[in-house]
Amino acid sequence: MLDWRWDFTFDILPRLLVATGNTLMAAGFGYAIAVVLGLVFALAQRTPSRVLTVLVREIVEFIRSTPLVLQIFFVFYVGPQFGLRLSPWTAGMIAIGLHYAAYLSEVYRGGLDSVPKGQWEAATSLNLSTARTYFRVIIPQAMPPSLAGMGNYLVGILKDTPMLSVIGVAELMHTANAIGSETYRFLEPYTLVGIIFLALSLPTAAAIRIFESWLRKKLGMI
Amino acid sequence: MSEKHLSGFPLSLDGPDRPMVSFRKVTKSYGSLTVLDSLDLDVAEGEMVTIIGPSGSGKTTVLRMLMTLESINGGVIYVDGEPLTHMPKGDHLVPANSRHVRQIRSKIGMCFQQFNLFPHMTALENCMEGPVHVLGMSKKDARERAEDLLAMVGMADKRDQHPSRLSGGQQQRVAIARALAMRPKVMLFDEVTSALDPEVIGEVTNVIRKLVSEYNLTMLMVTHQMGFAKDISDRICFFYGGKIEEQGSPDQLFSNPQKERTQQFLSAVKEAM
Ligand SMILES: Nc1ncnc2c1ncn2[C@@H]1O[C@H](COP(=O)(O)OP(=O)(O)OP(=O)(O)O)[C@@H](O)[C@H]1O
Ligand SMILES: [Mg+2]
Repeated sequence: MLDWRWDFTFDILPRLLVATGNTLMAAGFGYAIAVVLGLVFALAQRTPSRVLTVLVREIVEFIRSTPLVLQIFFVFYVGPQFGLRLSPWTAGMIAIGLHYAAYLSEVYRGGLDSVPKGQWEAATSLNLSTARTYFRVIIPQAMPPSLAGMGNYLVGILKDTPMLSVIGVAELMHTANAIGSETYRFLEPYTLVGIIFLALSLPTAAAIRIFESWLRKKLGMI
Repeated sequence: MSEKHLSGFPLSLDGPDRPMVSFRKVTKSYGSLTVLDSLDLDVAEGEMVTIIGPSGSGKTTVLRMLMTLESINGGVIYVDGEPLTHMPKGDHLVPANSRHVRQIRSKIGMCFQQFNLFPHMTALENCMEGPVHVLGMSKKDARERAEDLLAMVGMADKRDQHPSRLSGGQQQRVAIARALAMRPKVMLFDEVTSALDPEVIGEVTNVIRKLVSEYNLTMLMVTHQMGFAKDISDRICFFYGGKIEEQGSPDQLFSNPQKERTQQFLSAVKEAM
């Protein structure tokens, strides 16, 4: 029989909600790093420098072909050997930010490539600098087609934050594990974690879709 | 470019009757395909030159090289007396760096067959982007200039619309205003009416007529509209196989073409109309 205890559930709920804050913070910070770094990766692959292009492409390929959990371990445990002694939070944010930057760079690349060549030519004919062309002309148009992919990875990064528990970041999974080993009850903490993730992911996905159509309208592109 | 230093080309063009645009022995090839073969073409200040010719004869390429959208493989292009594709170093010319190209390119504006307006900006914003961010004008001055130009092309009432809300003819008129807002000395038009429905072509050609009569612009135009070309051009260049096969005043070229290929082309065009 399923042995669900409501009093226990309400006892552990505050602790799990605090951990939810940490999960959101980890996902938020990690995503912020990924959004910016991903753009750097994508733009670096479009510079005239072949060396830079190939180097960054290989880095992206390497990150995408190895497991996130390995990257987290690597930054945290191998980092110190290179004199890089990081807190679990810092190491975790670097690892997850880098990991998702690699994926987001591919999303951006698709978005940037989808902007018609004529837009570049118009920008050149107006003598806009390369930087201006990117930030005023190309990136705004690359955004709507990138948003769906960006949204998927936002939900993805949220769902991957439990991997940070392996180096002791006190997010949801880590807290649920701790509760389990203290009380030998796993049903309630894990069920709550599942519900909380569901409650976070579903609205996020919906919000992205709404944001996407709002943005298209705002940019006058429909 | 293979040769680093060019000799035999002047560092600049001087004198009272120097051309506004000068192609000197300009060659362009894609791989083994030579698209333009040692082209010599001068356009005087204030002159309207129209390029006609069969598909693939290199008409668009001429304009794109001048707008620096294509590199060249040989020769030199001069604009307003100064080399565009090259820059002086000591007593000879070397390939231009991007700073030099940007400086000379600022004298040239271009309108495209597909308009290429920025879709996320309104008509007004399209016309203000360059003046504010390239010329460094204040928003207020740029806005005034943009509004004047939009009024000139008959688009004042649509200034707050995005391009997706405008017809092709309206978009092309905004594109002309956008190019003029940069105060170019040379304007390039590449088949600006080819993507338009027949009934709105007049909107755009009328704006170009106005430019010819009211502005002292040097213009190079590619078009398939022979009647329009005949009306407004000072000179017609007939291109064939990457060379100027024949050129002359509209009367000369249309009424009394000398070369056989010109005659064939013109009669084929007439039949199609
Ligand atoms: N990017 C490119 N790569 C390879 N070949 C090209 C490229 N652009 C143009 N060409 C070739 O160069 C030649 C001249 O092209 P161009 O566009 O200047 O012709 P055009 O006279 O403008 O023709 P149309 O009347 O069809 O517009 C053509 O043979 C074309 O196929
Ligand atoms: Mg063409």
